[in-house]
Amino acid sequence: MSQFLQQIVNGLSLGSIYALLALGYTMVYGIIKLINFAHADIYMLGAYIGFACITMFGLGFFPAMIISMVLCAIIGIVMERIAYKPLRNSPRITLLITAIGVSFFMEYIMVYFVGANVRAFPDVIPKTQYHLGSVVINLQQIVILFTTIALMLLLQFIVHKTKIGKAMRAVSADRDAAELMGINVNRTISTTFAIGSALAGAGGVMVGMFYNSINPLMGMMPGLKCFVAAVFGGIGVIPGAMIGGFGIGFIETMVSGYGSSMYKDAVVFAILILVLIFKPAGLLGKNTREKV
Amino acid sequence: MLEIKNLNLHYGVIHALKDISLTVNDGEIVTLIGANGAGKTSTLRAISGLEKITNGEILLDGKSMVGVPAPKRVSMGISQVPEGRRIFPDMSVLENLEMGAYLRNDKSEIKKDMEMVYSHFPILGIRNKQLAGTLSGGEQQMLAMGRALMSRPKILLLDEPSMGLAPILVQEIFNIIKLINATGTTVLLVEQNANMALSIADRGYVIETGSIVLSGTGKELASSEAVRKAYLGG
Repeated sequence: MSQFLQQIVNGLSLGSIYALLALGYTMVYGIIKLINFAHADIYMLGAYIGFACITMFGLGFFPAMIISMVLCAIIGIVMERIAYKPLRNSPRITLLITAIGVSFFMEYIMVYFVGANVRAFPDVIPKTQYHLGSVVINLQQIVILFTTIALMLLLQFIVHKTKIGKAMRAVSADRDAAELMGINVNRTISTTFAIGSALAGAGGVMVGMFYNSINPLMGMMPGLKCFVAAVFGGIGVIPGAMIGGFGIGFIETMVSGYGSSMYKDAVVFAILILVLIFKPAGLLGKNTREKV
Repeated sequence: MLEIKNLNLHYGVIHALKDISLTVNDGEIVTLIGANGAGKTSTLRAISGLEKITNGEILLDGKSMVGVPAPKRVSMGISQVPEGRRIFPDMSVLENLEMGAYLRNDKSEIKKDMEMVYSHFPILGIRNKQLAGTLSGGEQQMLAMGRALMSRPKILLLDEPSMGLAPILVQEIFNIIKLINATGTTVLLVEQNANMALSIADRGYVIETGSIVLSGTGKELASSEAVRKAYLGG
């Protein structure tokens, strides 16, 4: 029982980071129907920006995370402007291949500039352990969990209560109709990329701290898993990404805890296959009505 | 108010609108009738800026709209109710109406206009918390019209408001169009239901395979032999 509770605690902190990344996938998919494979590399860049802030400028965790979020938001906007906007009316496969290209570009440009070696991410927040009965939780996990939950609440507020959030939902639902409301579609898409990328940046800093190591290819595996999380929850649906992220985080820690950590990735992708077979639209997804 | 001169529009190699010219005067209801695929929707999409025109002129109060992006045209007073309603299904009725007022910041005036929309369409007031996707077809049409009114347009472009609705609802929708017009909004109405459209229109144009073939007052067109044969069932 205590091991089970322990795995839940571990699953929560890992899952919250996955959820944060999955949100970026799902928001971008919702608005331009693109699986932005470069999203995971924004997260990698976020980790490096955080690393630089902490080691070079001696900043603390929260300032480093906020700077990383701001810079990642800018990178996200620039990426969309340069790589995706010219393809606004192209077939979706063109966009998808471009996204893969952007992903490789960012990975190897980082290899070129910072080297391919793994760097040790400093423990900006001490791993002070707290014992709750037989369950151990450390300060990093607590900070990660509360920060991600705060960011998700903030996102929900933006999407549902602010003008730009409503514009994002309108553009996702129907681009032409949104334009007829006077919504600037390009600006709304830029904002979506900015918000998704900022969340990825925050996730990068937290993962760097959580695993103590970063490298230019660190985005690949979590990127794929968070994509699975987004599909699992229903791609394009924001609460779905949150549920999917936590779900994948739990499954992974449970598999590591009770089975073997060797199989955790296999299980995650097996879940993707099962979801696609039995509930292609995801847990919260709706079957899209194709108009004829 | 709205003047279109020698408008041409191509979809690839297809010449969809051929030298269309039409005028809508201040305070009028003007209808554009024609068969499926004649170019009615394309004309409206060109006016609202959703479709890029090949050449020609679109003037709103003498100002050229050519090259002005669609969202800007909304702020200049053009509002379109698109074909098939195109409401935002996952947003509430209230949020849909708020989207219609997206470009406005005058909170108290927005509130007044919302009351005005609710007075035209009481059912929207009753259902304002409900998701728009759960409304019936007629209610969605009302919502689409209410949403378009929320931008306080000078001219309202209506694309097939009767589509898919029961006759009794069509009558109701058309009564409201007349009412909206009477309170000072100019209307350009595109319809396949020529009978209904001509009965409320001051003037009308008949469009056939991308060209205007006939024009006149609503009464003239309704009694014209050619129109009766082609669109009114003899």
